[in-house]
Amino acid sequence: MSAPLLDISGLSAISTRENARVLRDVDLVVAEGEVHGLVGESGAGKSTIAKAVLDMLPRTIRVTGGRIVFRGRDLASLDRASLRALVAREIALIPQDPMTGLNPTRRIEAQLTDGMRLVAGMSRGEARERALALLEEVRIADPARTLAAYPHELSGGMRQRVLIAAAFALEPKLVVADEPTTALDVTVQKQILRLIRGMQERHGTGVIFVTHDLGVVAKICDRVTLLYQGKVVEAGTAREMIETPRHAYTRALLAASPRYDRPEHGCDPVPGSVVAGLEAEIARHDEGRAP
Amino acid sequence: MTMLVEARGLEVAYGAGRSLLGGVRPGVRVLHGIDMAIGAGEIVGIVGESGSGKTTLGRALIGLVPASEGSVRFDGTDLASLSDEALRRLRRRMQMIFQDPMSSLNPRHTIRRILVEPILLHGLEPDRAGAERRVRRVLERVGLPAFVLDRNPHELSGGQRQRVGIARAVVLEPDFVLADEVVSGLDVSTQAQVLDLLFSLSREMGLAIGFISHDLSVIRAFCDRVVVMRAGRIVEEGACEGVFAAPREAYTRMLMDAIPLPEIDPGWLAREPEDA
Repeated sequence: MSAPLLDISGLSAISTRENARVLRDVDLVVAEGEVHGLVGESGAGKSTIAKAVLDMLPRTIRVTGGRIVFRGRDLASLDRASLRALVAREIALIPQDPMTGLNPTRRIEAQLTDGMRLVAGMSRGEARERALALLEEVRIADPARTLAAYPHELSGGMRQRVLIAAAFALEPKLVVADEPTTALDVTVQKQILRLIRGMQERHGTGVIFVTHDLGVVAKICDRVTLLYQGKVVEAGTAREMIETPRHAYTRALLAASPRYDRPEHGCDPVPGSVVAGLEAEIARHDEGRAP
Repeated sequence: MTMLVEARGLEVAYGAGRSLLGGVRPGVRVLHGIDMAIGAGEIVGIVGESGSGKTTLGRALIGLVPASEGSVRFDGTDLASLSDEALRRLRRRMQMIFQDPMSSLNPRHTIRRILVEPILLHGLEPDRAGAERRVRRVLERVGLPAFVLDRNPHELSGGQRQRVGIARAVVLEPDFVLADEVVSGLDVSTQAQVLDLLFSLSREMGLAIGFISHDLSVIRAFCDRVVVMRAGRIVEEGACEGVFAAPREAYTRMLMDAIPLPEIDPGWLAREPEDA
């Protein structure tokens, strides 16, 4: 196997505001062309990892250890300008909320072509042609009309399609999808999942898919990393995680997920003993380590 | 079963009324001839996509939006026939829990004030001391420590705020609670705790719940009966057992098929939904 697309090792970080650990020695490997699920409940650190990869960490989060190696380059070894350029060109984000991901006062064309012109140096005409082709690829029925529209004139599903087009515009090597379907109806969610999977397969793009939904993991991810309070609990293929989960917490999360085909399975709260076990693992990890 | 809440031929239109020149504006109709009922102590799921009218139906059931045609009866009384004062008194018996507890709890008030005031307003206790005792009992029941009484809503976690929302609804000992997307946005483990709590409260208090959700899996786990809505109409309804085992409508089947179940199924993504 060739070198991985993204190789995160021992990544640790603290929140300076709360003086608390937010990432604990996280290892995460994303292969070329795979969809890697980053899964966990609130406070698990999945968005912190996503932001670290995108060089978007807020000032209140300080990385205290570990490395992020992207296509063989340690991101920490790059100067500001090279890092900016690398991320702009090769790593893209599909945000959670399609409304905040788009500027409400600018037409879709301007927002979709900014990166093509500023980063890839395309002319206005080239960028427009590319934008039209992309909108067609994400199955928007009337690309020309959509380019002229403002975000509020589009439905939630359409806006998410536009953001997917924007993410793939510069042929990035890695796309970070941050809970991109949580605000959508299930039928629209399915279309968007299918679209992201199709785009990444056609373009050979690696995807980090941030989600808290194990159902979504089962349907779109190749491999998965499950986190609890910034610590990796379990990592493996989606099939292993769903069919033969090793950790009690993974099993508890599966049991807490309701499913319409198994009413008897109900939705059982995560048992206190499982939470206590996790807390003990965290305490053992933190013991003797400087914050 | 005696019916606690009953809608007959219910239509709701927004923006209807008389125009300046005396003509009648029909408004935009969002509910079309809804017939449904919820029995005492029954948990009924109302499911549909955005724009299906599920939230409007819920609000009409507790008299927050008026019927433009048809009627809503609560315990036999037509809501439209009530004076404002009578409706206000009846409101104690029909409460609401919102999706985002943050937006429904006054951020400047302590949890104590949020919970005590409605009790005094509805005259459920003669004085503050009695109201506080009642609040403490309910807090314990919903699994919140007494110290949250001195906190403001923003100092609590999402799960704790949702418990405050539930406490505020049940502290008035209602017969019916409308719960609008109360677990969407919560982590699965928090969601399971909240559903577990609502379910046991319903059974203990004989509380009927109208449970609005876009998630059929949650409805299957939690509800006795389900009502499937589309474009302002009920397209299917029945006991959960029957509807989920054998949905009659293609639309219901499509909503079910679109749910990503946590099981490996490589063909699922590519499968087109059946046309509904």
